[in-house]
Amino acid sequence: MRWTKWTLAALVACGLAAAPVTAQQAPSVPQARFVVVLDAAHGGDETGGRLTNGQYEKTFTLALTMRLRSLLGARGIQVVTTRESDAAVEPEKRAEIANHAAAQACLSLHGSESGSGVHLFVSSLAPAQPVRFPAWKTAQGAWVARSLKLAGVVNSALLQAGMSTTLSRTTLPAVDSMTCPAVAVEIAPERSTLHETTAGLGDPDYQARVATALAAALVEWRTEARQP
Amino acid sequence: MIPRYQKILFGILLVASVAMGVTLWHLRQRAHERLIAGQDSAPTSAPQIAPSERATLLVANDSDGSLLTQFLSLPLPADPGARARAVLGKLLDLYAAPDAAHPVPGGASSVTQVFLLPAVEIGSGAATPAKPKLADSRAVVILSGESSARPSGALSQQFGPQLAVVNLTGSFAASHPSGIETEMLTVLSICGTLHANLPRVTQVRFLVDGAQRPTLAGHADLTRTYLAADAMPAEEIRP
Repeated sequence: MRWTKWTLAALVACGLAAAPVTAQQAPSVPQARFVVVLDAAHGGDETGGRLTNGQYEKTFTLALTMRLRSLLGARGIQVVTTRESDAAVEPEKRAEIANHAAAQACLSLHGSESGSGVHLFVSSLAPAQPVRFPAWKTAQGAWVARSLKLAGVVNSALLQAGMSTTLSRTTLPAVDSMTCPAVAVEIAPERSTLHETTAGLGDPDYQARVATALAAALVEWRTEARQP
Repeated sequence: MIPRYQKILFGILLVASVAMGVTLWHLRQRAHERLIAGQDSAPTSAPQIAPSERATLLVANDSDGSLLTQFLSLPLPADPGARARAVLGKLLDLYAAPDAAHPVPGGASSVTQVFLLPAVEIGSGAATPAKPKLADSRAVVILSGESSARPSGALSQQFGPQLAVVNLTGSFAASHPSGIETEMLTVLSICGTLHANLPRVTQVRFLVDGAQRPTLAGHADLTRTYLAADAMPAEEIRP
């Protein structure tokens, strides 16, 4: 009997001691993780376009990805990249990496000497209802509405940074298979109204401005995603 | 000493050989004359100069990523395939001009052929794996509008919607500027120009040197079927 009394007393004491701890831990439930996938287009033998400074598009997109990854990391955003070296990555593999990351935003980064400013593209797939097993080539269909919202946020951030933008729809195999809000971002040189180049793709200041604006857009997107 | 019978045999063989040679030459001459007689090499009709007609071109503009409608007076052949090639040739000539708003080298010779085939209705399951995706809602309006008035059987081939297969040269694809926007503008302007001048063309596919190619210059997907109506400005879409 004495042994039982002491055991009960010890259990009650433990319970009383543990109760405040549980009460303190409850409010600090970690928020859902926020992951961004950065897809540096091209790579390896697939060089992409040739830029006026002699650089290949694959090199430009990789440099921009690394710059943007640093900026996002500094803002506490987890980043997954589809490539971090001059390696050839198939479009299917890019989508596979993005889908495994269960990301809240996916940006496919491109560069082009045609046009001016930043061109934003969302998949041209028709919006579809989410299904448990979506078709690989049209998986983005269920995410098109979210992708359009993300493109709007990115567009606002770029405009705020004083850049000209265009918004269009297109078909890119990697993006069409992604199950996340996905936007293809094509950076072209900044040109004046007289079509004179005011900032080329090789300009580090221009790259920094684009990367900063994209980082600001993703921070804004995270804020919107966390709102109830 | 050669025996007499061998001399006679040799003589007979020699005469027979000569006679056969003469007969063969005679038969050859007769066959040649018969062949010539069956052909009329005289010109049957004078070469025609096609009359000038108003052609509608959807011209891409890189500065704002738009397609602008331009009307030109061009001598257009009556044959739909040749007509399609002629308007596309003019469109690519505009892009090859030094001051082009959408500069693409190559010009008219970049379009090798345009084949016109009866179109398979998108969504029937017989379409290509890469289904048209751009602005599907608009495309459905076009297709359903035409399908309601479409005759059946042999008449459908004569009056039904058509698929245009545009065969481009490898040099055109190789020299095309790389970029999502510039490549999509080229593709959509070709689709829109075909539909504007040949309204029965509702779908467009692309070949490069007669073979399928994954992309035009690294971005625009050339494995899919494009809906020609996708490239048309909204006000020109028929209800």
